[in-house]
Amino acid sequence: MKIVYTDNNATTKVADEVINEMLPYLGQLYGNPSSMHTFGGQVDKKVTQARQRVADLINADPEEIVFTSCGTESDNSAIYSAINAFPDKKHIITSNVEHPAINNLYKELEKTKGYEVTFVPVDKKGLLDLDLLYNSMSQNTAIISLMWANNETGVLFPIEDIAKKANEKGILFHTDAVQATAKVPIDVKKTGVDMLSLSGHKIHAPKGIGVLYVKKGFKFSPFLIGGHQEGGRRGGTENTVSIIGLGKACEMAKENLPIMNSTVKELRDYLQNQLLEKIPGSSVNGDLEQRLPNTLSIGFDAVEGESILLLLDRQGICASSGSACTSGSLDPSHVLMAMEVPFKSAHGSIRFSLSHYNTKEEMDHIIATLVPTIQKLRDMSPFWKDGKMI
Amino acid sequence: MWDYTDKVKDHFLNPRNTGELEGANAIGETGSLNCGDALKLFLKVNENERIVDATFMTFGCASAVASSSALTEIIKGMTLDDAAKLTNDDISDYLGGLPKAKMHCSVMGQSALKKAIADYRGVQILEKPGQIVCECFDVTDLEIIDAVKANNLESTDDVTNYLKAGGGCGQCLERIEEVIESVKAKG
Repeated sequence: MKIVYTDNNATTKVADEVINEMLPYLGQLYGNPSSMHTFGGQVDKKVTQARQRVADLINADPEEIVFTSCGTESDNSAIYSAINAFPDKKHIITSNVEHPAINNLYKELEKTKGYEVTFVPVDKKGLLDLDLLYNSMSQNTAIISLMWANNETGVLFPIEDIAKKANEKGILFHTDAVQATAKVPIDVKKTGVDMLSLSGHKIHAPKGIGVLYVKKGFKFSPFLIGGHQEGGRRGGTENTVSIIGLGKACEMAKENLPIMNSTVKELRDYLQNQLLEKIPGSSVNGDLEQRLPNTLSIGFDAVEGESILLLLDRQGICASSGSACTSGSLDPSHVLMAMEVPFKSAHGSIRFSLSHYNTKEEMDHIIATLVPTIQKLRDMSPFWKDGKMI
Repeated sequence: MWDYTDKVKDHFLNPRNTGELEGANAIGETGSLNCGDALKLFLKVNENERIVDATFMTFGCASAVASSSALTEIIKGMTLDDAAKLTNDDISDYLGGLPKAKMHCSVMGQSALKKAIADYRGVQILEKPGQIVCECFDVTDLEIIDAVKANNLESTDDVTNYLKAGGGCGQCLERIEEVIESVKAKG
């Protein structure tokens, strides 16, 4: 069965070009970039090139790029570095729709280190309450950290505006750009963020490689204490193969950014509009404009997400849901709950996240599968009768 | 990944006895839209108190649908007295087992059946005795004590898997822990 992969916010296919770039370094060219000999030195050269390519994607200087093992490590490094830099400031500002990678860290800091964390709420469209955010900023704030784009809905936060306000008040600003990278333009110089996290496996590089951008001049303290690697900012021998792969992926992401915002966006819009038209009682979660071009979170009244996913899976379609039954918890996703998405559609919400590898034929296959799937589940739902909710 | 037996998959993909039942003379409803699963069970009971037909309508995950489908297959032909003895384990066993985190789906089947039988006999199911522990899913201390005893549950996770209690906001987890401890202390 042909796989239709529309779960790119979960992870992406490693691009063939990326694999080809990595292979020699997985094989013969295994040298340590820190070695004095030429054999290791040639790997160092390639790592340097990769660092430049990553920097180019987000308009950073190469020495501002710190390679980590994943987005979660980048996020943790950023937050711990901030609280180490300002030990007297015991306040953190974030949102109530952040990724668990960082959300659970805040809960830990609240519980064990006495931090006060302001979780700025979002409205029904998933947009931040900016007034509350700005009013929460104080001299006691150690760091503001906000995701650039939401992983479930794709909703974008106005990072540039917020960074500007944070800079004016002299508060450190970090953004988790794991979902935004390669989907919207990112320019750290123009935006003025102090730190930014990104992850390789979301942009067609392998799993196990992440980046933390650290603005020059910030007194960064390492999270992983060890050798001199990464300018003393992250100990441990470099994951050379994955770094080289990530470099290639960043180079390609820069080239593909216009495609993401034209072809991929058109495919997403086609899928969205066809589903809304063909399936009554369906609604999009999140703001339609301030949104990633590849993401569609769509809720179907009176049916449950796991059932939908399982029936899609039978037809080779990979998607995901924020529904309780797939995540181990019993409430629908904290993101949809924070947006006050009604229970009637929150439980039946599905996320499709596309990449430039998707085609119109695949969208048609999803539409042709989903229409009878929803009908089948509604036929046995006690909350649906004669074409509407009861 | 889908950690379901072939039988669960079969009953989910090809559910038996779905839809409203014409001429049903007993109905049992449990769960709600907010909880994420709900089951409406329809029975046709003859003058000898034998279940001659049963159908269901379910909103929920694959194991909720499969549990409902299995329930209707099991109880068809049973007397109400025999059906009243059915446990959630019978439903789970019929399906070759359910993942731990999905046991509440079989509990839901048992609960809807109890309510349908009460409906047929005109018995009012009284307000639940005991004190509400889990506000999110309306679960009382007595229900938790029963489930802990009947299934040898040991942790709050176990209780959540069976009753959903504690699976929402999580504020009652400490209280659930106390209830488990009290059952254990009494042996």
